[in-house]
Amino acid sequence: MIKLDNVHKSFGNNHVLRGVNLEVKEGTSTVIIGGSGTGKSICIKTILGLVIPEKGTITVDGIDVTKTNRDIFLARFGMLFQGGALFDSLPVWQNVAFRLLRGGLAKPKDEARAIAIEKLRRVGLTPDVADRFPAELSGGMQKRVGLARAIAADPKIIFFDEPTTGLDPIMAGIINDLIREIVTEMGATTMTITHDMTSVRTIADHVAMLHGGKIRWAGPVSDMDTASDPYVDQFIHGRAKGPIASVR
Amino acid sequence: MKFLAAIGRTTLIILAAIGRVSLFAWTTLTHLLRTPFYPREMGFALLNIGWLSLPVVGLTAIFTGGALALQIYSGGARFNAEAVVPQIVAIGMVRELGPVLVGLMIAARVTSSIAAEIATMKVTEQIDALVTLSTHPMKYLTVPRVLAATVTVPLLVGIGDIIGIFGGYAVATGTLGFNKAAYVQNTIDFLQLRDVVSSLTKGAFFGFIAALMGCYFGMNSGRGAQGVGRATKGSVEAAAVLILAANFVLTGVFFSL
Repeated sequence: MIKLDNVHKSFGNNHVLRGVNLEVKEGTSTVIIGGSGTGKSICIKTILGLVIPEKGTITVDGIDVTKTNRDIFLARFGMLFQGGALFDSLPVWQNVAFRLLRGGLAKPKDEARAIAIEKLRRVGLTPDVADRFPAELSGGMQKRVGLARAIAADPKIIFFDEPTTGLDPIMAGIINDLIREIVTEMGATTMTITHDMTSVRTIADHVAMLHGGKIRWAGPVSDMDTASDPYVDQFIHGRAKGPIASVR
Repeated sequence: MKFLAAIGRTTLIILAAIGRVSLFAWTTLTHLLRTPFYPREMGFALLNIGWLSLPVVGLTAIFTGGALALQIYSGGARFNAEAVVPQIVAIGMVRELGPVLVGLMIAARVTSSIAAEIATMKVTEQIDALVTLSTHPMKYLTVPRVLAATVTVPLLVGIGDIIGIFGGYAVATGTLGFNKAAYVQNTIDFLQLRDVVSSLTKGAFFGFIAALMGCYFGMNSGRGAQGVGRATKGSVEAAAVLILAANFVLTGVFFSL
């Protein structure tokens, strides 16, 4: 289980997280929703140690993330970044197998390549993509390669940061279905950041809304549409008028 | 009072910058000795910084050596000292112009490229991706580049020195009427081992500075295209100034020996 307890993070005078409390149960898919700039990505980055919170504690399976061996801790995670974050200088298969070619999870090159090609196939890409470079791929293909990299080492916890941003509706639907399938198939604990409501409804078991630096509402996805919180109501229906200011 | 406050603020900013760069350099040095090592990245860095810099280093050196020969001949003629062209070209290239010009060319070619590449990686979250893949960015990006530059720039300086001397030789024997064998002999007789050692030592320091500045500014770049641009510009400026400052200090040290 992932637990954030009273997490605070500021950048200068910009207080992004003002006491975030959130629990993500093992084997469930939690989606964090919220407007742009509300700190959704920062929330995930604090768990991974990419951003250090000023206050509060973050535990994974009861272990404080700041007091554990970083390599062993990170070996349990996979992450799909918003823009893919593929390494330009490496061919696709080496991007996917990056973790399998180095460090504690290293495997022989042929085996790592075979796993990479299998993972590419899993996300709907053909083996001929393996030897191409990221710059030669479309945005949707790059997202899928990023997804293949995130699941390459069969992680127990996977984070997806805006998995459908910048994609056409069909490709977004494909990515959403892939994420749902992978989550169900692998039994992984996942956290997804999005403001795409179609993604929320496809991917989520639980939903948490981040607003004003705090979790405004959290509950099962089935309760989201009937939530009495006016912020959630405005956000999920995309209304311009409501408690969430249009100028932020 | 405002004037003093401004001086104080500027001093603090400069000291803070020196502190950050020193800490970055120290972290890089400590990672040099710790596993894991990335031989593939090291190989690419050696190729990019060393081998692929050869053309620009060679062209810079040959034109500089040729121009130096013409200048010394012309200046020497004012007091009937035209004959010192081989000696002055040799000492000028080996002690000063070779290492400094190679260092500056490396700052222009390599520092800028490292800073732009790493800054772009930072902007596109590739650095964050490295961390999530259990790979330390300092080890994977900084150490291979700094080590490769520290090893290859002295070699480039050595090659630049030779090509520069050859440039002077070509001009002196081709247009100024110097005897070929005598020119070579005068050059060899005049140069001392300490000249060559100082040249190569400077090269190692300049290579370290050039790569370190590229990595430092890349890793600390701001957001967006403007951030990448600023990081690239800042890295070249800092590398060039530090190379010239280090040259002054190292020259003083070698003079005192």
